Amino acid sequence: MVAKRIIPCLDVKDGQVVKGIHFEGLREVGDAVGMGVRYAREGADELVYLDISATQEGRSTFVDLVREIARGIDIPFTVGGGISSIDHAARLLDAGADKISLNSSAIADPSLITHIASQYGSQFVVVAIDARTIPAGSGNWRCTTHGGKVQTERELFAWAHEAQERGAGEILFTSMDHDGTCKGYACEVYARLHEELKIPVIASGGAGNIADIVEVLTTGQADAALAASIFHYGQISIPELKKALAEAGVNVRPTAI
Amino acid sequence: MIAIVDYDAGNIRSVAGALERLGQQYELTADPERLLAADRVILPGVGNAAHALESLRQKGLYEVIRSLRRPVLGICVGLQLLCRDSEEGPVEGLGVFDAHVRRFPDEPQIKVPHMGWNALGNLDGKLMKGLQSGTFVYFVHSYYPSLCQDTVATCRHGSTLFSAALRYENFYGTQFHPEKSGDAGSRILQNFIDL
Repeated sequence: MVAKRIIPCLDVKDGQVVKGIHFEGLREVGDAVGMGVRYAREGADELVYLDISATQEGRSTFVDLVREIARGIDIPFTVGGGISSIDHAARLLDAGADKISLNSSAIADPSLITHIASQYGSQFVVVAIDARTIPAGSGNWRCTTHGGKVQTERELFAWAHEAQERGAGEILFTSMDHDGTCKGYACEVYARLHEELKIPVIASGGAGNIADIVEVLTTGQADAALAASIFHYGQISIPELKKALAEAGVNVRPTAI
Repeated sequence: MIAIVDYDAGNIRSVAGALERLGQQYELTADPERLLAADRVILPGVGNAAHALESLRQKGLYEVIRSLRRPVLGICVGLQLLCRDSEEGPVEGLGVFDAHVRRFPDEPQIKVPHMGWNALGNLDGKLMKGLQSGTFVYFVHSYYPSLCQDTVATCRHGSTLFSAALRYENFYGTQFHPEKSGDAGSRILQNFIDL
């Protein structure tokens, strides 16, 4: 049986890992390659590197960093942030990225998913979806773009289905209602995505403690849990988390150390 | 010297990175002479098996790969090309391994592609030396090599038990990605180097 995955997410700006609360108020927390190596050793199953400077400032220096990451770490990694063309995706693949995640650009031009997936395979394409409820607390989930700054009319579940049909290999859903709150994931949304989709679903946004991650991988039925601050600031260690998950009956890859 | 076959169908950078971490010298090449002279040959591969095979043919490497006498390691689609045939195309393979490559069936709750870390079983032979049954390695694939007499490791996805690794004479193959499988993967690559 495929193990449930634990994925630290590293937001990168100018080669440094940062994490903002609700994607605002950035603060530097460390070296991108060094932190990746550390997480891999601790038992992270995969890593996500998001170039958060890309959308706003159009940086391309990230490709050089991706090359260093590919040399340094021995687990799969996804890169995202401002990828808006098949050429850009190809440069990242060539630099050694295992997967790319598309977000704002896929909503602006959904055919980008189709083109990249048919050229490089579905396993290479993660579609990241950020959505919030409108009005807040209702069941009406609408997608946002540009790190939550731009609200769109697209409905979450319809968009997730379209992404799958166009060739996405995975869906990474972040609830903007939950992100940065440390009060747990949007479990009911993940359970519904799992029910409706054939491709794996990665949960992101809201983890505050080990119990939150156990819940999203059991009740929420997510295939993987992604988190940032709780790992970066050492609130949860990955070996401890893996142990707790195994004790809760979740199939995980044990940490070697 | 280890040669990594450069045929526009590979996760070449990842394999190269793994060899660098193991302190190995390598070259990326599609030159038949260089492949025939290499101590070890790694045939990587991602994406579509039919496209990969066509690419191998266009580079004039189809017969060269089959004629290699030093240890060869096919990874993922690289392994699939060495099998009898693949439903992805469908296409005839090089026929080194006795396995057929088939698509995972549709099953409730079972996701395809088979993506992520899964446990190995029924380990056999030098490539798997030092690894224990239940060791997790990283897979990404929608098609799998069937069980056959060349199987040296197995894995289960849904109701399908398939060959996670194969060996026939000097040819080895892993359906998983040793270059992305942490310490377990490094051990397998080191075993291949040490053959």
